[in-house]
Amino acid sequence: MTMSWLTLIILALGVVGYFLGRQRAMASAGGDIRNLHSLPVYYGANVLFGTVIPSIVFIVVLSIALPSFVGSRVSGTVPESEIAEGSSLSLVLAEVKRVANGLDNAVRGGHMTEAMATDAGADPADVMDRLKDAGQIVTTQVTPEVLEAAQTYRSLYSGGKTFLTIGALIIAVAGFVFSYMRTNHEFRARNLVEKGILILLILAASVAIMTTIGIVLSLIFNTIEFFRLYPVTDFFFGLTWSPSFSGRGGSSELGIIPLIWGTLYISFIALLVAVPIGLFAAIYLSEYASAKVRAVAKPALEVLAGIPTIVYGLFALLTIGPMLMSVFGRDGLGWMSGASSVMTAGLVMGIMLIPFVSSLSDDIINSVPQAMRDGSLGLGATQSETIKQVVLPAALPGIVGAIILAASRAIGETMIVVMGAGAAARLNLNPFEAMTTITAKIVSQLTGDSDFASPEALVAFALGMTLFVITLGLNVLALHIVRKYREQYE
Amino acid sequence: MTDATVHQPSASASKHAHSLLAADARTRKRNAAERRFRMYGIAAISVGLIFLVILLFTIIRNGIPAFTQTYITVEVELPEAKLDKKGNRDIADLKKVSTFGYAPLIDNAIFTKVQELGIETPFEKPKKMRSLVSASAAAQLRYMVLENPALIGTTVEFEVLGSSRVDGYMKGRVTRDSVARDKNIDAEHFDIVDAMAQDGSLARIFNWAFITGADASESRPEQAGIGVSMIGSFFMMLVVLGLSLPLGVAASIYLEEFAPKNRLTDLIEVNISNLAAVPSIVFGILGLAVFIQFMHLPQSAPLVGGLVLTLMTLPTIIISTRASLKAVPPSIRDAALGIGASKMQSVFHHVLPLAAPGILTGTIIGLAQALGETAPLLLIGMVGYIASNVPDGIAGGFLDPNSSMPAQIYEWSKRADPAYYERAWGGIIVLLLFLMTMNIIAIILRRRFERRW
Repeated sequence: MTMSWLTLIILALGVVGYFLGRQRAMASAGGDIRNLHSLPVYYGANVLFGTVIPSIVFIVVLSIALPSFVGSRVSGTVPESEIAEGSSLSLVLAEVKRVANGLDNAVRGGHMTEAMATDAGADPADVMDRLKDAGQIVTTQVTPEVLEAAQTYRSLYSGGKTFLTIGALIIAVAGFVFSYMRTNHEFRARNLVEKGILILLILAASVAIMTTIGIVLSLIFNTIEFFRLYPVTDFFFGLTWSPSFSGRGGSSELGIIPLIWGTLYISFIALLVAVPIGLFAAIYLSEYASAKVRAVAKPALEVLAGIPTIVYGLFALLTIGPMLMSVFGRDGLGWMSGASSVMTAGLVMGIMLIPFVSSLSDDIINSVPQAMRDGSLGLGATQSETIKQVVLPAALPGIVGAIILAASRAIGETMIVVMGAGAAARLNLNPFEAMTTITAKIVSQLTGDSDFASPEALVAFALGMTLFVITLGLNVLALHIVRKYREQYE
Repeated sequence: MTDATVHQPSASASKHAHSLLAADARTRKRNAAERRFRMYGIAAISVGLIFLVILLFTIIRNGIPAFTQTYITVEVELPEAKLDKKGNRDIADLKKVSTFGYAPLIDNAIFTKVQELGIETPFEKPKKMRSLVSASAAAQLRYMVLENPALIGTTVEFEVLGSSRVDGYMKGRVTRDSVARDKNIDAEHFDIVDAMAQDGSLARIFNWAFITGADASESRPEQAGIGVSMIGSFFMMLVVLGLSLPLGVAASIYLEEFAPKNRLTDLIEVNISNLAAVPSIVFGILGLAVFIQFMHLPQSAPLVGGLVLTLMTLPTIIISTRASLKAVPPSIRDAALGIGASKMQSVFHHVLPLAAPGILTGTIIGLAQALGETAPLLLIGMVGYIASNVPDGIAGGFLDPNSSMPAQIYEWSKRADPAYYERAWGGIIVLLLFLMTMNIIAIILRRRFERRW
């Protein structure tokens, strides 16, 4: 039975329970709603919840736990001798899984009988041929040990699935019977249902925490795995980035310094564009502009923030890059050798960040109390003197916070640098040279080859970790500054 | 007195200098500084707006050509001798004739047309005409015949998709000089194109296939469309809407209405504001590690893309939902509680309906953000996949590999043929139209239903 049918059956049982529960409550109250403790709806909902929630929780928990349980059991059966030179347990396990999936598909496709797929004495070569007939990808020679492990994997997995189905149904029926039997006119159904809803609300709120935990765990485990294969110091202090695609480690040099340099250089140029334009736009909009101008200019600038980054990426790749090329390229000043460069990505990213800087600074400038401006103007200062000497110093912490937030945006931006900055990792000062960033390398290391066992793929998680820590640090700092500043004038 | 006499001349001079009617040097300087400062502001805003205009202009100018496509209308003869040797119109037999059997028919048809029009051309063989038409034309003709075998033996008028070079020539992207070293087409072919265009049998018409069609292989940009990836995006948005709206609303209700002020709630709040600023690529890593590596969900599936985008948009939705819950005045809650409603009832029966327009607006804006997001999708394998088949059924829509609109645009931008750049810009127009519609709906909702207390 597939998962969706199981869920549907449980839901149907719940709906039946809703009506039966309602009916039973009304019957026990003698048909008079005033004899009930709660409204009839709550009695129905009580049975519905009692049926559905425990069994769904059971299904979710088991289906998350099942793969890792089966994996750990199977890894116990793989003999040490099977783990060849330069390979690892996870590679062998991946092979086992591939074979098991292949067996499943071959049985489904009719290339193999179920008995043959489970036969422990089957000839590996024969199984291989049949798998190939079924169009399944088998990378290396399947050894008897791997085949045996794959068969164990399959039997454990299907056993687990059966257990899950039967268990979920039993729990649903038990929940149904229990909550149905409890239903009578004195039963405090509303309190129970509301408590149930509250728990659901709390669970929903904790999804945010679970996301963070998920991010941190998925980064940490793979990063640790990476550092097991590649020395930490070489990663953080290495000056060259040249991953090899053929070899397994050893020949790759994975130093993060050139990537950090590229990231910071591009972000710096982006801020060089965005901060003056954004800041002056914010000052003009909040201090000088009439309501009419403000009503037009502010949303128009914010359109820039609503444009997806893929558009900016394409703009960098196909418009700004060739344009810069025609001025600074071989036909012009000769500083630029290709359309993708730090300048290309930086300029476009700067345009993207203008509304970010301007609307944050606008809010902050607006929250400087009017009394401070009035005092300064009353002493005879001009409007620009007031802004420069009173408003801006007062708003400075907030503006710094806004700029830090913009910087964190720039550092984490992906599409523009993937499309506009180039792929070569360089330590260079020339802004017309192609360089690359942390985010661009995460993309290039993780797309295509999905083998997570080589240092070349795992390095992406270490890069992600670095990126996460940097941006998180900047965000926390910026939010702290902005919050402090807000409190000052409240 | 002496003092006065001594100061007399200077007093009159300074009286002149301090006239209220004429500004002194210092005032002039300060006023100039004031004007300059104002100009900086105006300049900054203008620069921002100019960037916006340039961006939109570039998109429209480069993208509009993707919405038209060159077609050649010719009379194609469908001889029975070639297509149905046995003459019994049996579908199984008809299917044995591959596209190689149909391609010469189109070549002949165009060659006949060329001779009819009296176009001077150095090409003597019909086969040379193949550069003019898309590689997909024969397949389309074959499909048409298989659908309606009665056509065999007749001559049908058929709109042949022109090749991408011909299309590029009609749009000005390809010139006679630029094809000098092109092995696909010769400059002499363009003489034919010019003559046929004058005759009207070759024309640019609106390109529905771009909006509804599937992606094509690297060598046939004239055939590529964004339709299938649009379906992929649609299924992803269903997942995002179905998960992030209930989760986001439930989380906001808890945090805004029920949560006690303690460490845990503080932690959740800090968490949400930080998650909103985590780079989107990190969510892609999360999706790769958790959904694909750990939970073994299928790669490239809209379901996984939707899950990742849900986690990404959840903070946005929670923040805006909380704002609209906060905007409902406490008197509403007090009134409900006062007549005996429970806390839960006051929230679900009174506060939530009043906050609904605001929640919807926030959700639509969050969805728009998710629709345009690309980076996390690169990591879960939605790029590099040629979205060539319309998924069958609803389960297939969620689980079969597919692309999404932004991923498709990225994919096109990486291909070597410049004809694909035009498609990429065209795709951006489609994407931006969707985003614009969603934002306009959000604005209308806000204007129409927003209540101020």
